Parts: sequence; structure tokens; C-alpha cells
Amino acid sequence: MEIKKLEDFATQVRRDILRQVHKVNSGHPGGSLGCTEFFTALYQGGIMEHKPEFNMDGKDEDLFFLSNGHISPVFYSVLARSGYFPVDELNTFRLIDSRLQGHPTTHEGLPGIRVASGSLGQGMSVALGAAQAKKLNKDKHLVYTLHGDGELQEGQNWEAIMYAAGNKVDNIISTVDVNGQQIDGSTETVLPMGNLKAKFEAFGWDVMEIEDGNDMKQVIDGLTEAKSRTGKGKPVCVLMTTMMGNGVDFMMHTHAWHGKAPNDEQLENALSQNPETLGDY
Amino acid sequence: MKKYTDTGKQDTRSGFGAGLTELGRTNPNVVALCADLVGSLKMQDFIDENPERFFQVGIAEANMMGMSAGLTIGGKIPFAGTFANFATGRVYDQIRQSIAYSGKNVKICASHSGVTLGEDGATHQILEDIGLMKMLPGMIVINTCDFNQTKAATLAIADYDGPVYLRFGRPKVANFTPEDQKFEIGKAVHLYDGNDVTIIATGHLVWEAIEAAQKLNEKGISAEVINIHTIKPLDEQAIIKSVRKTGCVVTAEEHNFLGGLGESVARTLAENNPAPQEFVATQDTFGESGTPEQLFEKYGLNAEAILKAVEKVIRRK
Repeated sequence: MEIKKLEDFATQVRRDILRQVHKVNSGHPGGSLGCTEFFTALYQGGIMEHKPEFNMDGKDEDLFFLSNGHISPVFYSVLARSGYFPVDELNTFRLIDSRLQGHPTTHEGLPGIRVASGSLGQGMSVALGAAQAKKLNKDKHLVYTLHGDGELQEGQNWEAIMYAAGNKVDNIISTVDVNGQQIDGSTETVLPMGNLKAKFEAFGWDVMEIEDGNDMKQVIDGLTEAKSRTGKGKPVCVLMTTMMGNGVDFMMHTHAWHGKAPNDEQLENALSQNPETLGDY
Repeated sequence: MKKYTDTGKQDTRSGFGAGLTELGRTNPNVVALCADLVGSLKMQDFIDENPERFFQVGIAEANMMGMSAGLTIGGKIPFAGTFANFATGRVYDQIRQSIAYSGKNVKICASHSGVTLGEDGATHQILEDIGLMKMLPGMIVINTCDFNQTKAATLAIADYDGPVYLRFGRPKVANFTPEDQKFEIGKAVHLYDGNDVTIIATGHLVWEAIEAAQKLNEKGISAEVINIHTIKPLDEQAIIKSVRKTGCVVTAEEHNFLGGLGESVARTLAENNPAPQEFVATQDTFGESGTPEQLFEKYGLNAEAILKAVEKVIRRK
């Protein structure tokens, strides 16, 4: 798909994110908006090879695991608009009896989700298991993950990061959403994490960077490059710098919209900055 | 009175190892993981025969639980082995979110449960794991009593689709379960029929219950003995039926009386057939260093303790 079409898709996803969290006055718009290009690239931009019908086993297709499950609004929107479930179902986000739980889960059988996430730091371990299963099954497809930068404060990540390099799990591409923000403030003020590139490299990963994770072309090119680095004995890490709240001027340059929904007026303002492209649900 | 023969003391963890080895030969989907305790878990034979199906994760139990969940995506049946303490409390949230809530077909295989790992002391013992695991929605909780039953259980859980906690231990204990006895998840094993008291035991306390019943028989007290190897789902009908007949019950387990088998039995009876109950279990305490026999005696977990509990509970009828 050409870049312009992907950008239009992303704009519609932004509307979906804003409308989901606004309706129930809860959820996490900031990180969702920041990762819109990433999800669009994975599912629409030809990065991931995925089957239209959902099968939990995921044999003979690429897999994706969202470790920072709180950015479920962007995940749900992209899954729905990629055909995993009806787009209208976005109307049920966080409502009672919904398959679209606050954080993604397999429990209600939502197609596209392969493990529950939300309690942070667990996604990479699960992805490594799936990656090792692919090797045992002689399945050449890849496993993708996404993690928040603040999420790397959870120690389990580093168990997984050490395991992956030590065991040459080279069919995994782990992307870190480097937006520098977490609930209580900037990562620098909450818990400085130092040089993430040097850390991953010291653990034995092949590390590359996407300078602007909200530039669709850069994301496509970056992930394409990451794919070319798989199968060479090292797990691949992509440090992707994004802007939390991207696409909505008043949600950017702050951590304030990490887990806060816009009111009616704010929604109207935010939607006016992201005109309808594919039709609202 | 029926005689149960100890065919030679063996550790339950070796029953697990033997079962895993057999699964390696019979079920190509079975994979194993371990967090630097291969020798203690008796996994070496499986590893020697199936090196490509074994994942050594190092001293990183959280990663092991997550990887186990991931391996099921792709059709594998992971058996993740470590000490019971590190297989439960240390990684509760990983089990909760990535395995139980996600409904993954992972077998958590926990050796060195209870106090009978002995000399290592309370940092490595655990008396809370049954409670932790049985509270997780959808988790099957099994505590086997001897080598043969542990081996049979290991084979049986591979055929069950869903998360299982399999609890066993380190000491060599009497092996009396018939080698060909089929293991049925959730089905109690009747060891003695009796009329005066029901003794419900699990794990290493089952042999102690058998010995207690034999001594009670000499005193003219007829004890019904039930081996509850599956604490969840509990064979409620077997318990209710027996206690309706005997009118009182003693539960026996190598676990805290809070959260263990005894509480599950008490709840079942409270709902269906209230009856006096005594709990042979640890009394909300940590363990300590010592030999298994010393620890069983000090913490009131042997046949002698069961006898005392029976005398007390019969007086309360």
C-alpha cells in the first residue's frame, strides 16, 4: 500500500482511538496515538504476513504480541479494520460483556489476541516461547513484539532479553516505543534508564533505531530493515522514538494523556485535527 | 484389613522424571523447561533423548513461565519444572496473566514442595502453594502421594488441555500405588472403607494416613481413608458420601491449614453435610531446617498426629 493510503488509515485509527476512550471516559489514548503508524505498518503496510482468519496456533504466519497492553485502543482499531472482527464492535470498548476488555485478553475469545497483557513486562517472554515453537515447527515466520520504554523497568524483560541473545532467538523483532513518558512523568524523572541501545547491545542484540516513529515511511523502511536482519544469530531490537499523543496537538509534549480520556469539547477539537478517511464506526 | 505394600521407597520427583521421559517418547508435542534445577527435577533422561525439545532458561522463573505460555502457541505442551516455591509465589503474576487468564496449556511441575525438602530451610520450602494455585480460575491442582502416582499423573496431565499445577517432593517415601493404576484428574482414590471416621489425605501424608488407619484398626476404630490427589477440581461427591456415613473427618496435608486441602473439604461439607473436622496441617507458620522425619514430627504431619486428630474428632461427633 502506498504511504498516503497508510497515512489515511492511520488517521482513521486515531479517530477510533479517541472515540473509544471518550465514550467510556477511560483508557489510554497517549501511547495509542504514538504507536498508530507502527500498528498500521505491521498489519496494513505489508510488514507482517498474517492470515485473514484467526487461528490461535499461528502456524505459517507472522505473530505479534503487545506487551504494553494498555494501548489496547490502537490494537483494537487496527485489528478490526484489518478484518479480525467487526469494526462496529469498537463501540463496546471497556463496556460490560465486551470482548474488548480494558487490556487485551484471550479470555473472551477476541480474534487477533494470543495472550493477555497489561500487567507489564511479560510479553517478550511469551513471544520468545512462540518464537522457539516456530523453530521447532520449522516455520520460518517471524514474531514481533511491542514494549513501552517505561515498561523496561520491569525485571522480567531483562531475563527475556538475556535468554533471547544467549539462545540465538533470531526470529524475533522487539520494538520499544521510546516516547520518554510514563504515568507519573517522564522516564527521566521516574526512573532514568540510561542508554537503551547500549543496554540491548551489551546483552547481545542487534539494535537499530527509527528516529521518527510517527513518520509512516520511516516506520515502514525501519521495520523492513529489521526483517532483513533476522535469521542471523541475533534477536533484533528496534528503538522507535515516538511522540505520545501524536496527531492531537494538545496531547503531545506531555504525559498527561497517558491514561486520560478527552471530554466532549476536547474530542471535537481532536477529531477536527484527524478528518474521517475510512468512515467512523 | 487390606494391606498396602511399600514396594521400595522412592521420591515422587523421580516419578515425575520417569513420566516425562515416557512422554518424550510418546508425545512429540511435549517440551520441557527448567530454571537451573535439572538434577533436582530428574529431567536429565528427557533432555538426553530430546535435546531439541528442552529449554534451559537459567535462574529466571518469570521468563520460564512466560515462555511456557508462548510455546503453547504453536501447539507445544510445555512442562515447566522448578521448586514449588519458585514455581508459584515467585511468579504468581506471570502464571496468573500469561497462563491462567490466557487459558494456556502449560503444566507447572513443582518439586520440593512442603517442608520435606528438609535441610535447606524455609527459604526453599513452601506451605502456601496449594492455596495460591487453587485460587486461580481454571487451574487444576494436583498433589501426588508416591512414585507411581506421580508418574501416572505426569502422563495424564499431558492429555488434559489446560493449565495444571502438579505438586510433588524430594524425600523418598513409600511407593504403594499399583503401577497400572490409571490416573483420573479429579477422581478420589478410596484406600480403606470404614465407618467411624473419614481421613482425607493428599501427597506425602497419604502413606501416614494408611499407617494411622492400621493402628486405629488395632484399637477397634474403623477409618475410611481417601487419597485426594486432585485438590481442584475436588471430588466432592466422594467426600460427602463418606462423611455422611462416618459423621466426622480428618484432613491431612503437608501445607498450611489456611488455603489447603482441609479448607476445600470444609467448604464442601459446610455446603452439603456439616461435620466435625480436624486439620492435620501446618498452623500458619514457616518451616525450618531439619530432616524430613524431624520436620514431620515437629510440625505434626505424621501418622501419630493423624491418630490424635482422629481421637479428638470422634469425641466431637
